[in-house]
Amino acid sequence: MTSLVTKVKAKLDQVNDYEAEGNMKTDVSFIKAPIGKVKVYFKKPNKFRLKKEGGISLLPKGGVSVNMSTIITTSDFVALAAGEADVEGFKTKIVKLLPTNEASEIVITTLYIDEPNLLVRKAITTTKENGTYEMQMSYGAYANFGLPQKVIFSFNTKDYKLPKGITLEFDDNEKPLSEAQKLKNKKGRVEITYANYVVNKGIADSFFK
Amino acid sequence: MQQIVQVKGLTKLFKNLTAVKDLSFSVNEGDVYGFLGQNGAGKSTSIRMMLTLIEPTSGQIELFGMDLARNRREILRNVGAVIEKPDVYKYLSAYENLELFARLSGIKPSKKLLMDQLEMVGLAARANDRVKTFSQGMKQRLGIGIALVHNPQLILLDEPTNGLDPQGIADIRNLILHLSRDLKKTIVVSSHLLSEIEQVATRVLIIDKGQKLIEGNATELFDPAQTIVELQTMDNVFALEQLKASPWSENLQAQRSSAILIKLNRTEIPALHTALAAMQIQLLSLQPRHSLEDFFLQITSGNQHVDTYTN
Amino acid sequence: MWTLIQIELYKIFRRPRTYIAFIAVAALITIIQFGLKLDGKSYTDFLMKDIGGTMEIDGNILNGYLICYIMLQLLLVHVPLLVALIAADMISGEANMGTLRLLISKPFSRTELLLAKFFASTVYTLLLLVWLAILALFLSLWIFGTGDMFLMKSSYVVLLSENDVFWRYVGAFVFAALAMVTVAALGFFLSIFAENSIGPIVATMSVIVFFTILSTLNIPIFNALKPYLFTTHMISWKEFFDIQVNDANEAIVGSIQNPQKIVNSALVLVLHIIGFVGGSIWIFNKKDVLS
Repeated sequence: MTSLVTKVKAKLDQVNDYEAEGNMKTDVSFIKAPIGKVKVYFKKPNKFRLKKEGGISLLPKGGVSVNMSTIITTSDFVALAAGEADVEGFKTKIVKLLPTNEASEIVITTLYIDEPNLLVRKAITTTKENGTYEMQMSYGAYANFGLPQKVIFSFNTKDYKLPKGITLEFDDNEKPLSEAQKLKNKKGRVEITYANYVVNKGIADSFFK
Repeated sequence: MQQIVQVKGLTKLFKNLTAVKDLSFSVNEGDVYGFLGQNGAGKSTSIRMMLTLIEPTSGQIELFGMDLARNRREILRNVGAVIEKPDVYKYLSAYENLELFARLSGIKPSKKLLMDQLEMVGLAARANDRVKTFSQGMKQRLGIGIALVHNPQLILLDEPTNGLDPQGIADIRNLILHLSRDLKKTIVVSSHLLSEIEQVATRVLIIDKGQKLIEGNATELFDPAQTIVELQTMDNVFALEQLKASPWSENLQAQRSSAILIKLNRTEIPALHTALAAMQIQLLSLQPRHSLEDFFLQITSGNQHVDTYTN
Repeated sequence: MWTLIQIELYKIFRRPRTYIAFIAVAALITIIQFGLKLDGKSYTDFLMKDIGGTMEIDGNILNGYLICYIMLQLLLVHVPLLVALIAADMISGEANMGTLRLLISKPFSRTELLLAKFFASTVYTLLLLVWLAILALFLSLWIFGTGDMFLMKSSYVVLLSENDVFWRYVGAFVFAALAMVTVAALGFFLSIFAENSIGPIVATMSVIVFFTILSTLNIPIFNALKPYLFTTHMISWKEFFDIQVNDANEAIVGSIQNPQKIVNSALVLVLHIIGFVGGSIWIFNKKDVLS
């Protein structure tokens, strides 16, 4: 399994930096947000920035680095085979990555690797501070670089409630939620669809400060 | 002669009070109509009904031959009023107040008209001063200016001399006479003080407890045969002694500011003249004079005699 | 009638008291802007506490649009007093000054007089709102910049795109103007019954405070009353800042979550205005002017 992961990593390592435009959709039960145009910047090994031009972006906490390069490390981990699964019609091998460094923020990562294409179709990562999140990738024109066309990022959400005294809302039209609805409200998704990648053109470090 | 004001059966009932009861009177063109009564007699209420400030309980008011209720707008264009203590906008100047009320009265006043009006009431020099800085007398004069600016034919003055000093009272009196005699205005002036009305009214209505006591020409309110004569002598003490000892003692009335008053029939004046000479009273002047005040006091107090008699 | 309106406007704007409201609004707004400029981060951190557990929010949250919203929430509770200062003085002030009896004896009807006065007090109210808009919105945009608008409601948050905000403010201010005109109408109505201004001004504020409490409390016995209280509807300007989402939970740009609520609230307020002004005219026409 380690060799498979290494091959995937090598493919991703072709990219030193990239700049991409995308549309970001936030699907969280207690957030009403329109689709927003974003720009994403990445520089090896783990500099990442997502910017909504002149606007406000809402991203899952701790999971800002929606990027495979930062998730897959080639050292200090143990790779374990965990079977196979079908992801969006693609046969994938399930690999569990366990960091050997106990100080690592990541507890475990489960990768669903499309072996023939050396692409990660899905990744489920459990972190110490920020819980578990899931990333699902679909690829298009930039599959050769391992850069996804669409990333769906799923995560757990906490309940949101502000006292009506602060918001000055007097209506009490809320209906009590069903159990199914309450469960649904516990999960959120951010979906980014990338339009144009500009790869390896050079981005200054200062840009990410 | 046109009847400018005709009031018939005017009544006003407040909750616990009949303020005016079945009041009827008329005012002819050119009259200075004295509307007399004690405080609370119903004078102000009646005037306010003529200005539509208060709605009558019953009765009819006609001004300029038109029913007030139905022709209010047309009538009020031709009416000016000073209602008790005139109040204006203290944060505006005299000129601004006058202009504002002139426009409200339906005219578009020129600067000249407004300054002439202020000149007439003696406020031209203070035209641009805020009314806040005015004395009561000046505010009163401004109130009168406001009442007259649109050249109304009928002027209603409700207690116009309240709070004024003697000079202010004299000014108002002279103004009323000027408006009546020179400008031919019809004026209704109310007061509880006969001394103010005495010198200006041509006709008088006396009201008490909301009801008319009497209405008529000022002179007709008296027994035309009776008059009060005022004597001025070289030695009033000696004259008084002589008169007391004479058949004229019963005619002696109140003594007032160095004048001896004698009430008698007019036809007796020559005989008095002769008697004074016989008593060797050195006469300086003999003036027949009667006062509305005595009459008013008599009627409203129900007293037929004048009790004061000063030796 | 036009002459009457001109004169009433002239009287309002020649009176020093009128400018208290404009100065007060300017002072309140600039103090809030000053405070937020100095320490806005603490304020937004406090607001974001709850959502910060799940989401990271990046961007200029504390921009002019959000600040204007915060100020409207605060000020539209206090602006009614400033409106009442003038509106509740319209008749009682004249009676107190002694000028009412002169006005009534002029050749126009009491109805015309009242309508002119109400119209003038409406103009004052609208100008006050325009002033509020200039300071709360335009000045805030100038100081804090523009951006998306991030709003926190009691059970959800709304993110409005920058280009989807300004028209909402136009709607909100128009609605707020309607709400303040309702306050003016109430003050105007109460002004009929008094011969000095303090009474109607205090009474107007007392009614608003009392009804606001009834509107706020979630007690079943009061819930039946809420739809009929104008204070419940005065805050419907906020509905301009709620957006619909489609089945995929995407906010639909240019939409309003509950437009019918805005329309209904506007109707209720208009009915109140008609009721108060109509009542004023009816009562005043029958009133004996003894002042």
